[in-house]
Amino acid sequence: MKGTVLTMKKLMLGNEAVARGLYEAGVTFASSYPGTPSTEITEYFSNHEDVHAEWAPNEKVACEAAFGASLAGARSFSAMKHVGLNVAADLLYSVSYTGVNGGMVVAVADDQGMHSSQNEQDSRNHAKGAKIPMLEPSDSGECRDYAKLAYEISEKFDTPVFLRTSTRVAHSQSLVEEEERVLPPKKPYEKNVAKYVMMPAMARPRHKIVEERTKKLAAWAASSGLNKIIPGSEKIGVIAAGIAFQYAKEALGDRATYLKLGMVYPLSAEEIRAFAAKVEKLYVIEELDPFIEDFCHAAGVECEGKSLFSLCGEYTPAMIRKAILGEDSPAPAPAAIPVRPPVLCPGCPHRGIFYVLHKMKLTVSGDIGCYTLGATAPLSSVDSTIDMGESVSGLHGFLTADPSMEDKAVAVIGDSTFVHSGITGLINAVYNQSNVTVLILDNSITGMTGHQQNPCTGLTLQNKPTHALDLEALCHAVGVRRVSTVDPYDLEKTEAILTEELQAKEPSVIIVKRPCALLKWVKRLPPVSVDPDKCRKCRKCMSVGCPAVLFSKETGASIDRTLCVGCGLCEKLCPFGAIEGGNA
Amino acid sequence: MMKKDILIVGVGGQGSLLASRILGALFLSQGLDCKLSEVHGMSQRGGSVVTYVRAGENVSSPMVSDGEADLVISFEALEALRYAHTLKKGGTLVYSTQEIMPMPVITGAAAYPDDIASRLAAFDLKVLAFDAESAAEKAGNGRAANVALLGAASPIIGGTPEEWEAVIRATVPPKFVDVNLRAFALGLEEAKKG
Repeated sequence: MKGTVLTMKKLMLGNEAVARGLYEAGVTFASSYPGTPSTEITEYFSNHEDVHAEWAPNEKVACEAAFGASLAGARSFSAMKHVGLNVAADLLYSVSYTGVNGGMVVAVADDQGMHSSQNEQDSRNHAKGAKIPMLEPSDSGECRDYAKLAYEISEKFDTPVFLRTSTRVAHSQSLVEEEERVLPPKKPYEKNVAKYVMMPAMARPRHKIVEERTKKLAAWAASSGLNKIIPGSEKIGVIAAGIAFQYAKEALGDRATYLKLGMVYPLSAEEIRAFAAKVEKLYVIEELDPFIEDFCHAAGVECEGKSLFSLCGEYTPAMIRKAILGEDSPAPAPAAIPVRPPVLCPGCPHRGIFYVLHKMKLTVSGDIGCYTLGATAPLSSVDSTIDMGESVSGLHGFLTADPSMEDKAVAVIGDSTFVHSGITGLINAVYNQSNVTVLILDNSITGMTGHQQNPCTGLTLQNKPTHALDLEALCHAVGVRRVSTVDPYDLEKTEAILTEELQAKEPSVIIVKRPCALLKWVKRLPPVSVDPDKCRKCRKCMSVGCPAVLFSKETGASIDRTLCVGCGLCEKLCPFGAIEGGNA
Repeated sequence: MMKKDILIVGVGGQGSLLASRILGALFLSQGLDCKLSEVHGMSQRGGSVVTYVRAGENVSSPMVSDGEADLVISFEALEALRYAHTLKKGGTLVYSTQEIMPMPVITGAAAYPDDIASRLAAFDLKVLAFDAESAAEKAGNGRAANVALLGAASPIIGGTPEEWEAVIRATVPPKFVDVNLRAFALGLEEAKKG
């Protein structure tokens, strides 16, 4: 299905190019949960008029919705970050068996180097585990091409297809040629119990089909031109895919011959053996796990990979040149200077609550979002952060194991994260009767991923009005009787409510409500100022870690007027009334 | 072979994405292959951020290895020092003397270096430092500091005045075009002063 080429080449973000590919492939349904570095795919896709695009409460719901759309005959899509795939895996391991009706593609973005993630898992292992083919583009042009091709593969082989990117593919821009959108004829839905009802008697024959399909896919990838040989010196052979291929190409140029894999699962032993026979020495260059390398070894192909390269973090061309050519990089050592870690923004509503939690010396079960930064100095209040929702369910286990902590420990979870995976944990705490105190940090947006709407905000992905989930009513409905709401900038009231709820001999929820300071509708107030005559240099204002509050031993506190949004939190903390002009 | 490997560095939220997109548009208008690599997500929250811009006949990696950059443009003084080692010998560093305190300095765990200029001198570089925020304010809006820095770096980047004006017009929202063109010109004056 080749469309007409529309315009000259454009610079596009990898994520924008995936969205373009989806659009050109005639995709009409996309459902995702935001997650860096995958978020912008669904946002770009939603800019088209003739598609349905939505934020779902979590990746499992999103993927299930996409499957439903496929079953109805539409080409459907879901995007997520690597850890989101763990949430969606429940569906995907079985949709691998049922196959699809309309083509179904799931984009998964890995985060080598953990720029914005809690782990560095290699999602190719899920492709192998679920027996779902996985394509891996290496630049924006391929993002568009492979996204389109994935739908052809999905329908030809009756399987969902993974499209794997990484931070450096998703968030890099390179040239893309656009083509026209071609809508495939809509497939009718036909009831087919043997294919779609996965009970044991039906699933057993489907498993055999999956194994056959995997063999056919490996053979197809080897002959389809998707995997390419890029000729150069045959002294060095390199097998690589995705961004690692670009690093290898940069490092070695035509001093190597490359087998560039477009499909990273399944792999063809014949194809790899034939390539290995052509070159003197074979290297597999892949970030994270030895996924391709292990396959080579199992196929009896001699190669080097992780003996030379790390299992952790991102690679660079210089690293590859050094490992393979022995050419050392001439780079001087970086200067030894203070680090600049990410921080909560000036005016951030989370600053108030973490100040109080720190002051009360509570044990804090944390979660995933901007408020993970509450773990960093000087607020230093978060004790643990694992995954989406663990704050609530983990605290239940913690308090059940050690009830003496009931009045000293809380869970903090954002509004979007609570809807994603916190609700079931709260139900469990009520059902199994632990006295948890759960703080839902409701900042009216999904913050860290760059301001996405969610079921609590009353707006859709397209910013159209919709039902706003009532957190208070929901908590009551699952059996929490003690539900209160507080503004985290009202420090006294926040502390009083916390003290009271920690003493309660039943579960309680405190909705900590104040909008994200970066939201356009949140008014930025004039900056506060310090009266140097009143400042006693006690550093109390420094205890909240606001980037806009500065301090010098000579002159005391001062305010960075370009950063300050006038929230007035520091003003409230000053015991000498030296800070004025804020919204205190 | 024409090749340009550039880093734009600063503190999350300072507007490096616009600067890199102007550069991307410039190189594209010159018929070059080009790749940009950006940072989104957690690092954007006031952390140290870097955007890579690479242009040439054929660009593979979207990132530049340490010791190989032709030009580093920094929005902030400490960040200039942080990325100085990414430049090749004789490379150019253009930076704004604006100082933004990182959290370890705010908490008192570390001190903001007071010898940035002399420590930069230890690297074998061409250095141009000026207060880009003041220049942008003079042009009419402090937010145009990024384009003032591009003006100062433009003799190294190449491109005719007409090409620069065209890409700024095409990339910046219409009501900010004039202020950005003025900021660019003021930055270029800094470069001419040396």
